[in-house]
Amino acid sequence: MRGPRLFSALAGLAMLAATGLAYALEWNFQPAASKMAADIHWLHEAVMVLVTVIFVGVFAFMFYACYAHRKSKGHQAAQFHENTTVEIIWTIVPAIILVVIAWPVTKVVISQKDTSSPELTVKVTGYQWKWGYEYLKGEGEGISFISTLSTPRDQIEGKAPKGEHYLLEVDNEMVVPVGKKVRVLTTAADVVHSWWVPAFGAKQDAVPGFIRDLWFRADKTGTFRSQCVELCGKEHGFMPIVVRVVSAEDYSKWVGEQHKLAAASAEDVNKTWTAPELVARGEKLYAANCVACHQPTGKGLPPAFPPLAGSKVVNGPKNAQVDLVLNGKPNTAMAAFGKQLTDTELAAVISFTRASWGNKSGAVQPAEVKARRK
Amino acid sequence: MSAVVDSHGHDHSHGHDHGHGGGYGGIMRWITTTNHKDIGTLYLWFSFIMFMTGGAMAMAIRLELFSPGLQFFNPDLFNQFTTMHGLIMVFGAIMPAFVGFANWQIPMMIGAPDMAFARLNNWSFWLLPFAAALLVLSFFTPGGAPGVGWTLYAPLTVQMGVGMDLTIFAVHILGMSSILGSINIITTILNMRAPGMTLMRMPLFVWTWLITAYLLVAAMPVLAGAVTMTLTDRHFGTTFFNAAGGGDPVLYQHIFWFFGHPEVYIIALPAFGVVSQVIPAFSRKPLFGYASMVYATSAIAILSFIVWAHHMYTVGMPVTGQLFFMYATTLIAVPTGVKVFNWVATMWKGSLTFETPMLFAIGFLFLFTLGGLTGLVLSLVPIDIQLHDTYYVVAHFHYVMVAGALFAAFAGIYFWLPKWTGKMYDETLGKWHFWLTMIFFNMIFFVQHFLGLAGMPRRIPDYPLQFETWNKISSIGAFGFGLSQLLLLYIVLKCIRSGETAPQLPWEGADSLEWTHLPTPAPYHTFETPPVLK
Repeated sequence: MRGPRLFSALAGLAMLAATGLAYALEWNFQPAASKMAADIHWLHEAVMVLVTVIFVGVFAFMFYACYAHRKSKGHQAAQFHENTTVEIIWTIVPAIILVVIAWPVTKVVISQKDTSSPELTVKVTGYQWKWGYEYLKGEGEGISFISTLSTPRDQIEGKAPKGEHYLLEVDNEMVVPVGKKVRVLTTAADVVHSWWVPAFGAKQDAVPGFIRDLWFRADKTGTFRSQCVELCGKEHGFMPIVVRVVSAEDYSKWVGEQHKLAAASAEDVNKTWTAPELVARGEKLYAANCVACHQPTGKGLPPAFPPLAGSKVVNGPKNAQVDLVLNGKPNTAMAAFGKQLTDTELAAVISFTRASWGNKSGAVQPAEVKARRK
Repeated sequence: MSAVVDSHGHDHSHGHDHGHGGGYGGIMRWITTTNHKDIGTLYLWFSFIMFMTGGAMAMAIRLELFSPGLQFFNPDLFNQFTTMHGLIMVFGAIMPAFVGFANWQIPMMIGAPDMAFARLNNWSFWLLPFAAALLVLSFFTPGGAPGVGWTLYAPLTVQMGVGMDLTIFAVHILGMSSILGSINIITTILNMRAPGMTLMRMPLFVWTWLITAYLLVAAMPVLAGAVTMTLTDRHFGTTFFNAAGGGDPVLYQHIFWFFGHPEVYIIALPAFGVVSQVIPAFSRKPLFGYASMVYATSAIAILSFIVWAHHMYTVGMPVTGQLFFMYATTLIAVPTGVKVFNWVATMWKGSLTFETPMLFAIGFLFLFTLGGLTGLVLSLVPIDIQLHDTYYVVAHFHYVMVAGALFAAFAGIYFWLPKWTGKMYDETLGKWHFWLTMIFFNMIFFVQHFLGLAGMPRRIPDYPLQFETWNKISSIGAFGFGLSQLLLLYIVLKCIRSGETAPQLPWEGADSLEWTHLPTPAPYHTFETPPVLK
């Protein structure tokens, strides 16, 4: 019978080919950009060597038996069915191997958990479906922004060619200085998300209502990309994480720019805008914040994501719609945008919905939004 | 001995094949049956239908993932597919398949006339189609099926539509079915063994089911509790999983995985049992280390209750918590290793032949061990931090669930089909089924290890461009795997309709009671008088 020989040959070839390709395509871990990631990758390689040796060893016995102890070769079955010595050995030896592995692993676990004395502390908030960053302590204190996928919908829907960083690009990148210990506090506004940068070996779930933390110290400059890794609803696949690591000087420069930008964008909420101004600005905000659920057509994806075109709320009294957008709708994916957007931005996007897809219910001014904030 | 009172049993003589089922014919025979063999058959066919349903969803998932971009399904529907694929495969396909084996085999293997509670047995099965209907119906409710993953994590579950409620009720019913079935199995094994069939003489399949049944009784109520808390959070204003009301979303994960990890062994242990029958039979040699197999199985079952949080290394637990769960988890490698070594030692110096059941058992041994070793890799906290919620995890648990449990179920089907039907399946086609399944399985899942290492998150409908090549290979493998399973259906139907008559002992090395003390095919009622064991 050719079965077992073919089996072992095929399995062996498949493993070799697959591992060979993996190295050729560099489809192992992404290159480490922190000592922590390098330590993890070393651990992984050491464990892989160990388990490969065990695997090959055990199955060498099995395939040899498949080859040599076949009935078709006239092999007579032995009738032994226990051997206390052998059984004790193969219980004790794996246990010893585990203890040997446990030692270096434990050291990494303990250092991974040590978030003490950071040089920069950033709070990261998961929203459905974007990340909010707030620089709490250290250089850059007070900076805060929302980071949203910047890949155009056309690329996702196949109407335009996909760019190099398809799904891994954002409008506002998190920027950190190289070589500094950064503590990241994670939390979430709605459901559980998970923040991960593979190059730093740093991953932490963002749990709504609780603060968790992790730390990393990037040892090279560059841009590092990743995605949310905890299923958080419809657009889970579309909330990337991008961290740009820069030199200390560049970081100071970036901090300066951010502070200037913040000062410039501090808008006067009492200014009265014309309706076309609001609608034009609102269209862009709609594309960044609302389109995934309510769709470019305003028809939504009912019933989970209701239509805005012809909607009673959108065509109803201003205050009711402002309240809904400010505070969200509990137990649905409708977020409380009051925490994410300014009064002017909220007025713009609400005005856009009230003037689009056949809705004609009139613009909302920033002051009217401000008045509804609690 | 407590025998089942069978009011119509006297009308039927041994070996008389027709008119069984309490005088009912046609569909009513199957609805009213209290016969363990009929119910076993029902479980197995139900499981196959669910396997095809869940499989169709897997095909849809792999179709969408064939290329980057959104082509066929919107992300919401995609999430619904991943959720229902998981729930249907775990609760609808794999678990009922092994309960089917238990029903057919346990009474015959221990020399009992039937299961202890025959009517309860009927009900345990007939709960399942209703639960499955609820799961499938949820797709047609406003908002569709829940898109939260089979783990049903809070608080995302609170955002879902009425489909979530249907799913919760389905889980309740499935749990009830499992608990009732388990009570029946425990009672049967403990009380209805033939004289002389001591516990330590039971075939290993019976042992693994005895332990599994205890796991089910302990774990399923925990899951029912978790989903009930979700239900009250959704509708009745409780805040078990909502921090705003003093709850904690992570509490859900603890409760779920306190069920979820034993669940892994609920699926794996009966598979170990099947393989422990098949490998000795085709090695023509007794199982090596029978006693240590029993102890190892018990050790795995006990350990399975203290390792749950290794599914949660990234939720942010204290370092002592991470270390405890890591050490406890790695310990499972010891009894699992013992089992693998015992199987290999059983083959060693045997007289091996490679019929389809043996091929699937060897496939199981080879690939399950691979999945076990990636499990060891994942048990180590720092490495898991890199791999958690990536495709590496998807690859790992499919090696355990598909190459483990499903391959063992296939081995069991080919092994016992001659005993059940009295006919032989087509050996050539069986071998084709094995090789196609083996090759396509690895094509789907081996490459997913690389996707995970490279950083592709699980449960995403669209992905960055660097993941395209492996996803294409994986999708092609999935389509091939799906089509290959239609071959199984053909082989089984062909066997039932026109298979050659099976010899009394089709497998030379098979030595449990159903082979040595009963005719082939097994008559409708067996062991009405207990066999005499020396």
